[in-house]
Amino acid sequence: MTITERARKKAEKLDRLGELSAARDEERGVSLWQEAFRRLRRNPAAIVGTVVLGLFVLVSIVGPMLVPYGPTDTIGIREGLVKSGQGIIPGSSADHWLGFDHQGRDEFSRLIVGARQTLLVGVVSTLIGLAIGALIGGVAGAAAGLGGRWGRWLDTGLMRIVDMLLALPSLLLAVSIAALLGASLTTVMIAVGVVSVPVFARLLRGSMIAQSNSDYVLAATSLGVRRSKIALSHVLPNSLAPVIVQATLTLATAIIEAAALSFLGLGNPDSAVPEWGVMLADAQPYLGIRPALAIYPAVAIIITALGFTLLGEAMREALDPKLRK
Amino acid sequence: MTDGNVSVPSERDENSEPGGNSEPGGNSEPGGNGEHGGNGERGGNSERGGNLVEVRDLKVHFPISRGVIFDRVVGHVKAVDGVDLSIPRGKTYGLVGESGCGKSTLGRALLQLTPPTSGQVTFDGVELTTLPPNKMRSMRRRMQMIFQDPMSSLDPRQNVESILVEGLQAHGIGADRNARREIITKTLDAVGLPKWALSRYPHEFSGGQRQRIGIARALVLGPDLIVADEPVSALDVSIQAQVVNLLDELQAELGLTYLVIAHDLAVVRHISDTIGVMYLGALVEEAPGDRLYRAPLHPYTRALMSAVPVPDPEVEDRRERILLAGDLPSPANPPTGCRFHTRCPWAQPTRCADERPVLRQIGDSRVACHFAEPIASGELRPHKVTAQLTRPEDEGETPGVVSAPSEPGSFV
Repeated sequence: MTITERARKKAEKLDRLGELSAARDEERGVSLWQEAFRRLRRNPAAIVGTVVLGLFVLVSIVGPMLVPYGPTDTIGIREGLVKSGQGIIPGSSADHWLGFDHQGRDEFSRLIVGARQTLLVGVVSTLIGLAIGALIGGVAGAAAGLGGRWGRWLDTGLMRIVDMLLALPSLLLAVSIAALLGASLTTVMIAVGVVSVPVFARLLRGSMIAQSNSDYVLAATSLGVRRSKIALSHVLPNSLAPVIVQATLTLATAIIEAAALSFLGLGNPDSAVPEWGVMLADAQPYLGIRPALAIYPAVAIIITALGFTLLGEAMREALDPKLRK
Repeated sequence: MTDGNVSVPSERDENSEPGGNSEPGGNSEPGGNGEHGGNGERGGNSERGGNLVEVRDLKVHFPISRGVIFDRVVGHVKAVDGVDLSIPRGKTYGLVGESGCGKSTLGRALLQLTPPTSGQVTFDGVELTTLPPNKMRSMRRRMQMIFQDPMSSLDPRQNVESILVEGLQAHGIGADRNARREIITKTLDAVGLPKWALSRYPHEFSGGQRQRIGIARALVLGPDLIVADEPVSALDVSIQAQVVNLLDELQAELGLTYLVIAHDLAVVRHISDTIGVMYLGALVEEAPGDRLYRAPLHPYTRALMSAVPVPDPEVEDRRERILLAGDLPSPANPPTGCRFHTRCPWAQPTRCADERPVLRQIGDSRVACHFAEPIASGELRPHKVTAQLTRPEDEGETPGVVSAPSEPGSFV
């Protein structure tokens, strides 16, 4: 019997086996992303994180349309309820659920409207950091892993620049950038984004170098696949998981850092737009009279950051190849 | 019974040539290296005799660098240090040796996956070491590799179809998706994988099946040479036989030439026509398969062979075992003269330490030992100073013989 026949018989037998387990046959293969998503859905931390973030996004989109009072409406002073000079700032009431701030504005409305600002700053600055960092890290990683001698030089050059960024304390860097460009919303986004550039660059580069040394890259080389294609279709996709996780976690720090910049007075100078960090800063002189004014925005920041962190950690677990069954 | 069902390469050629693909890499690609045209004809016609691969004085040295800011080369790891070998067309060359002896590096350097430091690799009359990268890339179609760990050598994010189609795309084989699909399906048949495997991902298969995917990936381009680096050592013993037999069958059917790298002597013996034994970056002995096992000539080969268990308990108890003293010396600082003299039970003063032996033809073997003949004839006895000759304990001078009572009245 030739191997032609034998192999065919073997294949037919296997095909029959496949038909017997028809469900298995019809079901397409499960890719790693799909499997990670399945694992994610089973993780309670991921569910909590997603719910928190879902609420946060929902509030920041529709919230400003539904709030009972304008965020800049000094209704408390008009109605004579707030006299911050004399230390009278009323707390919760039926009409004003979280009371007033020192300028007699409705605290609840400001908190809701501020969510949009926070989300915007967090997402945009993370995207800035991710885009620049991934570009630098991707080029350096591909050059170091597959580019030979010149690639290693390019990698060294790029990484020294990144190291300089990394050497500066992140808040100091953000403050310097914000001070340099002048206080504005865009500045906050750029400053917070630039701070996370070295993290993304280092992460993607390291991940890509590790993947470049794997057997399947060698296998692709021996197949005769071009190096550029190997970098884009093998090395890069396999290196993305830690970067995605880091992006989720960075969203949390970006929100905190944006709040810190606002707190230091380097945020959006337009006081008409409420922002959690600014609210926190404004509450400072009144901590003795009404500490709740600081607690509300602080809790909002913490819950949002926690939501991103929970989701990020759950994604790390889901994407970790070591935990694959 | 050749109904041509699995004759993958011939089908492929029909597909690729009229497909109008001017991409270099077809069988007619000469490699364009004029100075090595000595073979006269070229092309992947596997019926032709002669050597498909010739390796001359191949060296792969990896630099060891130190330093914080400026890298300083402080030495070289001589992973492969002067290897000559040739592989006849359609035959299997087995390469054995302990781990760290450079056999994998040799396989990779042969395929130019690790750039050789010096030496020549001639593949079908074309010198590979000086081939421009683009020409080399299209030559890769004719030489493929099978890896030890099928899981890590398959991209976890690719399904089987895209794993197999990648090589075809890289060389512009197959006019369209359907043509490529046909080639892939045939290759899957040839390695005994079902069609529904196409949409699956590597992690959904068993170890043996994954190795079949690896073999299919190597096979799909219709190569002449396959370098198999420990193709079965990561598999269960029961699966090993299947994969070895599959490799055997594919060779018979497609006329493939193999370089099989392994440390499992039984696997190598089963599959190889010629076996080369490597020690510390160089070949110490090369012989036709059975000859090497029956009458090993080099002291290292003798030690290696004495480690193979014999399935007969009586013979197993009686036979002599040579246990080598010490570890493999560092390839960064190999011993002078004969690389093996530090551990060799037959090593003779001065010559073994001073002069590096070259491979000499003795009978139908090639041996790198100054004293191969006197050792074979028994004229030279092993000494026990640098290496121990171990026998099972509780036995006398002559192993396997129960010693006679030494004193009257004692019981046997």
